Amino acid sequence: MSESRLIEISPVTRVEGHGKVTIHLNADNEVDEARLHIVEFRGFERFIRGRLMWEVPVIVQRLCGICPVSHHLAAAKAMDMIAGVDQLTPTAEKMRRLMHYGQVMQSHVLHFFHLAAPDLLFGFGAPAEKRNIFEVIKEQPELGKRAVLMRKYGQEIIEATAGKKIHGTGAIPGGINRNLSTERRDHFLASIDEMIAWAQDAVKLARDYTLEHEDLVSEFGSFPSNYMSLVRESDGALDLYHGTLRALSSTGDTIFDQVPYTRYHELIVEDVRSWSYMKFPFIKTLGPDAGWYRVGPLARMNTASFIDTPLANAALADLKAVTCGTPNNSTLANHWARMIEVLHCVEKIRELLNDPDLQGSDLVVTGDRREEGIGVIEAPRGNLIHHYKVDEHDQVTYCNLIVSTTHNNEGMNRAVKDVAVKHLSGREKITEGMLNHVEVAIRAYDPCLSCATHALGQMPLQVELFGADGTLVDSQTQCV
Amino acid sequence: MLLIGYGNPGRGDDGLGPAFSEGMAARALPGLEVDTDYQLVAEHALAVSGHDLVIFADAEMGGEEAFSFREIAPGAPDVLGSHSLVPETVLALAETLYGACPKAFVLGISGYEYGEVKEGLSEKAGANLAAAEAFFLDWLAGEISSRHAAHA
Repeated sequence: MSESRLIEISPVTRVEGHGKVTIHLNADNEVDEARLHIVEFRGFERFIRGRLMWEVPVIVQRLCGICPVSHHLAAAKAMDMIAGVDQLTPTAEKMRRLMHYGQVMQSHVLHFFHLAAPDLLFGFGAPAEKRNIFEVIKEQPELGKRAVLMRKYGQEIIEATAGKKIHGTGAIPGGINRNLSTERRDHFLASIDEMIAWAQDAVKLARDYTLEHEDLVSEFGSFPSNYMSLVRESDGALDLYHGTLRALSSTGDTIFDQVPYTRYHELIVEDVRSWSYMKFPFIKTLGPDAGWYRVGPLARMNTASFIDTPLANAALADLKAVTCGTPNNSTLANHWARMIEVLHCVEKIRELLNDPDLQGSDLVVTGDRREEGIGVIEAPRGNLIHHYKVDEHDQVTYCNLIVSTTHNNEGMNRAVKDVAVKHLSGREKITEGMLNHVEVAIRAYDPCLSCATHALGQMPLQVELFGADGTLVDSQTQCV
Repeated sequence: MLLIGYGNPGRGDDGLGPAFSEGMAARALPGLEVDTDYQLVAEHALAVSGHDLVIFADAEMGGEEAFSFREIAPGAPDVLGSHSLVPETVLALAETLYGACPKAFVLGISGYEYGEVKEGLSEKAGANLAAAEAFFLDWLAGEISSRHAAHA
């Protein structure tokens, strides 16, 4: 009888940050266990303590070089609350929204064209040397050029609203520190129609892939789950910047709806497991087994009642038709959802550029100081929660962050196991192409592993050493 | 001519690249366009495609001298991630997408302290930055002079 085997994929490629997957095969080469391990440790929640509240929206951007704006805006929203501001001026809110739509657009474009496209165009089992952006560009150079220009457009929107492409300073507690000049507005308007046309083409590309590979998409890392996102308070529309919390079951039943996000801690519990730095959140009323949920583009398509921009709403209807209006549980459909959001963002950018409020000069409001602030936003990868408490000296005394990749932790682990069981079990020889199937399942969530690790002192790391006969030889637990 | 300085000023000596490019931008040197960023990304391919000469300035770990200066050619890495574009990859993207193949150099300035989240260069890195600046200004003067001679 052959011995059991352990297969590692380390690092997982074409995702942000560093992760590790371990797959345990038994003596018959059947998959016993498969896990995504988060091996990076950031400790942001600890070292943000003691910093002045005004600094926080800028500092937290260091969590990530890809979605810094999402952290910037979530922290700024929390600081609005501490500054006693419940309603920003129209100019401030619209500038922040413009910044956010630019951010989501560029992040989604980067993921789809640079990270996911090689798998979709060449197949999950294609040789590794074929699965990269250069091969995509060789086959479709026009697509490559569009990807560069779309990302550049989003980055320039960020620069115009935040002052810098990365780690800007635009949002401040109670408002924003600049408006949009008419020169910059006209610059962006000059190419907005082209951006919309390209976004429509990208939606078609992702849609056609999904429908043409329906058999693969419906079974690949797919399973029923709950879904959670912000939705617009008044009517349940998709809203990436602000709203209330809504969670639906895999069949579309409401778990909770229109709950203010300041009550997130009444709804969600963060579970800890010894083999990962990343926590496992679940919906409190359902418990850890039934209460785990997914966030992100597909989750938002599932939870939103509609989209308030016409082209994206038509695309949403197209997506929802596949599952007759019930939530879509296909992990790979995230790519289609992601491109619908690009189209929505570009439509929103056009709407805002034509709004004279962006040239307004009423930028900041003040209110009665509070000691606690919670800011929630729909980041490119999903729901992002920032929670702070400050003392009388304006210094942060408490910080809790639940980033999108953490919300999706259970979903990613299940996708890894599902794909491992379907594509690796019973195989005598494991090829690189087979292992890429596992990576494709993770990549569909566009995880940002850099952001997703947790606070210094709160996350015990357990190391267990097993002998050849399976007995535990040594065990060490450390609080780092 | 384009200079791109990149790195994270919030990570100690990793800010050498931005410190270099910002120092050059402040001098407003004629004929030198300057860009500063945290990392190299795909759209830098578009930027370099519009120039015949590009200099990438970055912090260098483990350098034996204060700085190094070497010419580079386009090259695709084994693994391509959005966080991990290297100058050779930017050149390869520019060549593949736009048919551009500018002459390119990497100026690597030796740094020592990267671990902490803090702004500001270590003393030794600051001295290396000054040495790199002196070298670059001298090199640039020679480059401009030879260009003028070629056009005469």
